[in-house]
Amino acid sequence: MSLTEAWRVAIDALRASRLRSGLTMLGVIIGVAAVVILVAIGTGAKQTVEEQVEGLGSNLLLIVPGQVDFGAAPTVSRLRLDDVDAVIRVVGDRNLVAVATSSGETVRAGTRSRFTSVVGVLETTPKVFVRSIDRGGYLSRSDVETGRRVAVLGSAVAVTLFGERDPVGSQITIAGVRFRVVGVFAPLGQSLGVDRDDEVHIPITTAQRVFDTSRVDAMAVKAPDRDSMDALSARIVEVLRERHPESEFSAVTQEQILGVLGDILGILTGVLAAIAGISLLVGGVGVSNIMLVSVRERTREIGLRKAVGARPRDIGLQFLLEAVLLTTIGGVVGIALGVGTALIVAAITPVPAVVTWWSVALAFGVSAAVGIIFGVVPAQRAGRLDPVVALRAE
Amino acid sequence: MIGSAEGTVTALVAVRDATRSYQLDGITVPALRGVSLTVERGDYLAIVGPSGSGKSTLMHLLGGLDRPTSGRLLLDGRDVSSLSAADLARLRNEVIGFVFQSFHLLARTSARDNVALPLIYRGVRKAQRRRLAEETLARVGLAHRLDHRPNQLSGGEQQRVAIARALVTEPSVLLADEPTGNLDSASGEAVLALLEELNAERGVAVAVVTHDRGIAGRARRQITMRDGVIVSAVP
Ligand SMILES: Nc1ncnc2c1ncn2[C@@H]1O[C@H](COP(=O)(O)OP(=O)(O)OP(=O)(O)O)[C@@H](O)[C@H]1O
Ligand SMILES: [Mg+2]
Repeated sequence: MSLTEAWRVAIDALRASRLRSGLTMLGVIIGVAAVVILVAIGTGAKQTVEEQVEGLGSNLLLIVPGQVDFGAAPTVSRLRLDDVDAVIRVVGDRNLVAVATSSGETVRAGTRSRFTSVVGVLETTPKVFVRSIDRGGYLSRSDVETGRRVAVLGSAVAVTLFGERDPVGSQITIAGVRFRVVGVFAPLGQSLGVDRDDEVHIPITTAQRVFDTSRVDAMAVKAPDRDSMDALSARIVEVLRERHPESEFSAVTQEQILGVLGDILGILTGVLAAIAGISLLVGGVGVSNIMLVSVRERTREIGLRKAVGARPRDIGLQFLLEAVLLTTIGGVVGIALGVGTALIVAAITPVPAVVTWWSVALAFGVSAAVGIIFGVVPAQRAGRLDPVVALRAE
Repeated sequence: MIGSAEGTVTALVAVRDATRSYQLDGITVPALRGVSLTVERGDYLAIVGPSGSGKSTLMHLLGGLDRPTSGRLLLDGRDVSSLSAADLARLRNEVIGFVFQSFHLLARTSARDNVALPLIYRGVRKAQRRRLAEETLARVGLAHRLDHRPNQLSGGEQQRVAIARALVTEPSVLLADEPTGNLDSASGEAVLALLEELNAERGVAVAVVTHDRGIAGRARRQITMRDGVIVSAVP
């Protein structure tokens, strides 16, 4: 019997019991779709985080207190404003250094209010990070040096407090203290369900006074070029250690952050894929089970086929192809379902989902392999049936 | 190749001192206890005997569906003990046609496709298969039933489809195990007439197992079995 004939026989057999074939495929469909969807979500999350970190700007060094260990709880910052001045001296250019001290506060304008993240910063922030101003301007050096009560609003905060009106020049209060709005950021949009426009920048000097603190949470330095980053980071850490011999400081680059985040999200994607893989395996066991039932049910048919000249391998091939057909058709439908669902999820929810070709190839390959692996035992059993015994079966 | 009714004396199928026993819960049940029989080209023989005497077991051996526990089985001149399962399957396809008491047609499959089935395993192309199946169905008087499924056919028609399926490969011997057992006398008579016509006009050797003395009497030879042995062969 030719392979073409074997396919035809297998297709006819599956057609003859459509409902059972469909239900058997369902297990595979769900498994394959799960692989595609979960991997798409994992990949999407990873890409979004990477874009976000890269979007901060290039050649950035982030200086944080303590040893960089993403597993440990963050240490309390010992950085002060005079440390910032020391770092500026090392770098040699104030415009390359940014700082942040944040606090969650309620911001009011008239009767409207919003709880948001208020960040104390230097006037250099837009030069270090990629941030553009939509209306008005950013903070000035004299705002920082004299501790003026001026604020730049994230676009979401501006909309909440002022709607369509231009907020520049208006009064707001932050933690009960009056501020004047000098500018509004251009929108950045949402990512990973976090609204990146939900913040307010004020001078760090003002922030320390209002929040009643002297700490600086984090510092970022923009290196003049990529090659100078390592040397610069070593010198900054050295200077800070001299000033605080009892503390550790670390300077991490975007690549390092990306590496760690990428590893974590890679593991997440792997775990999701493994969970989905298990459901695919369960689907495969279902196929095997149904094929065994099918061999039993069709014992007389097998006996008859053998009586008229089917060789053991003709029968074996027929049942193997049935299993492979069930799983590959299930695989194709599952891929279509998975890709479709991932696209819908990406379109209508904040969950990013990016379909990757490898997950589709993997899901398809695994489902075909599952068909072969789980089809072999029933197929062999069918091929070895004694024709006389088979013909007598009820 | 086809022998005349007078019979070229070539053994088509033969068993020599063949036994066949089954193992049942550790007990050996002998179904055949030393049987020798030769089916020649163009032969027409009937096998009779009480239930359980081993008639079906013998038919399965003659058709190469089974192998003897001891003794020899020759199919088309070849000793079956030296053949693989695949070789034996090919020999069945080429030399033997089976007709069963319970028809054994594939459900949900048209008469045409049922008849064409053995040709699949012979590697005949689809168009050719269809043509041969339709011709053979016409030969058994079912040219008007090509697309009927088994459940849309009468018992007699189903058995004629089964005979067409046995004939489509142009076998040298037709083995029919109680072919009329499930049919009323008119349908049974039509089936038997068909077998006799094939024997007389095409020289196909026919072996029929039957409980019906009348049917047995019409064969050229009568073989009587009892308790797994042949107790008489006339002539
Ligand atoms: N698979 C089997 N396992 C055990 N015993 C079997 C098996 N097949 C047949 N037998 C036994 O072998 C003996 C012969 O059986 P066989 O079917 O050849 O009889 P038969 O002459 O065709 O009977 P009937 O006229 O009822 O069809 C019986 O005693 C039967 O029980
Ligand atoms: Mg019998």
